[in-house]
Amino acid sequence: MALEPGRQAPDFSLQAAVDGRIEERPATLRGYRGRVLVLAFYPADWSPVCSDQLPVYNELLGEFRGLGAELAGLSVDGVWSHRAFGLERRLHYPLLADFEPKGEIARAYGVYRAKDGFSERALFVIDGAGKVFWSYVSPLDVNPGADGILEALGQLQARNR
Amino acid sequence: MSRLTPPVGPRDHVQGDPTAPIELVEYGDFECPFCGRAYFVVKALQQALGDSLRFVFRNFPLGTMHPHAVRAAQAAEAAALQDSFWKMHDVLFENQTDLEDEDLVEYATEIGLDPPRFQRDLDSPEVAEKVRADFLSGARSGVNGTPTFFVNGERYDGSWELDVLLPRLRALLDAQPELPFD
Repeated sequence: MALEPGRQAPDFSLQAAVDGRIEERPATLRGYRGRVLVLAFYPADWSPVCSDQLPVYNELLGEFRGLGAELAGLSVDGVWSHRAFGLERRLHYPLLADFEPKGEIARAYGVYRAKDGFSERALFVIDGAGKVFWSYVSPLDVNPGADGILEALGQLQARNR
Repeated sequence: MSRLTPPVGPRDHVQGDPTAPIELVEYGDFECPFCGRAYFVVKALQQALGDSLRFVFRNFPLGTMHPHAVRAAQAAEAAALQDSFWKMHDVLFENQTDLEDEDLVEYATEIGLDPPRFQRDLDSPEVAEKVRADFLSGARSGVNGTPTFFVNGERYDGSWELDVLLPRLRALLDAQPELPFD
């Protein structure tokens, strides 16, 4: 079961690739303190092209940032796959490698599909204090889009005023 | 989640009978190959369903992945200002690999638009705003990639291949109560 609103989001320390680079230092939840983080778990890199949710989020980075949020993607793929995938799709946000131990962070967030060996399509909005504000698990074959995220970010902004 | 927001209104481009019982909205990207395929599926749906279907197209250009997509969407909206949205929509989908600026102007001339007016509108903030508004409405409606279809206001998550979508829409038609004769 995905972690529910109100729960403290588990910290992580994962290798990250963004804009064709492998980041020197691992990405951590602590590193996002003070900012809202949208965490998008997805099953795997390299799924079919424009029908994929990740390029959609790419186009909305400006909207997310305007609502005070950063975005990161997470799958069990290794950081080299992330680097190539992110580069090919021109994604401008980090992809985090939940690679070793495999799926550890997905497990901690309650979204690991142990039989399949990859994570659910799950979205989390984590507030600046590291608490889960909103979470959603989409059926594996249904890309969730960004409407839930945008609504949650709007509500979070309103709450913080 | 995943409800069409805003509903189809006066800013939209609608083909078919405005009172048709089935409303099919597509959020599409003119440079997306899947949308290129869906273009033919929609034509077949329109043939098969006739007056029972109204079709609406809204722009959802994935500009980072498809470098010509935003400009092509702007071309369609510029054509709309000369009452030629659908002609341009068709030309763009039939020429997905030729979407440079010179091509867009050529298409405008081919479909009978006034070229200087088209060029001005193509570069105008109003047209850019319409494309952006479409895009944001898509994001808020739960568009998750291209093409994304909404049937009577609900996001459709099934296959949009003709042999799946047509029976689905026919079944929806059969389930509709008889409309009063007026």
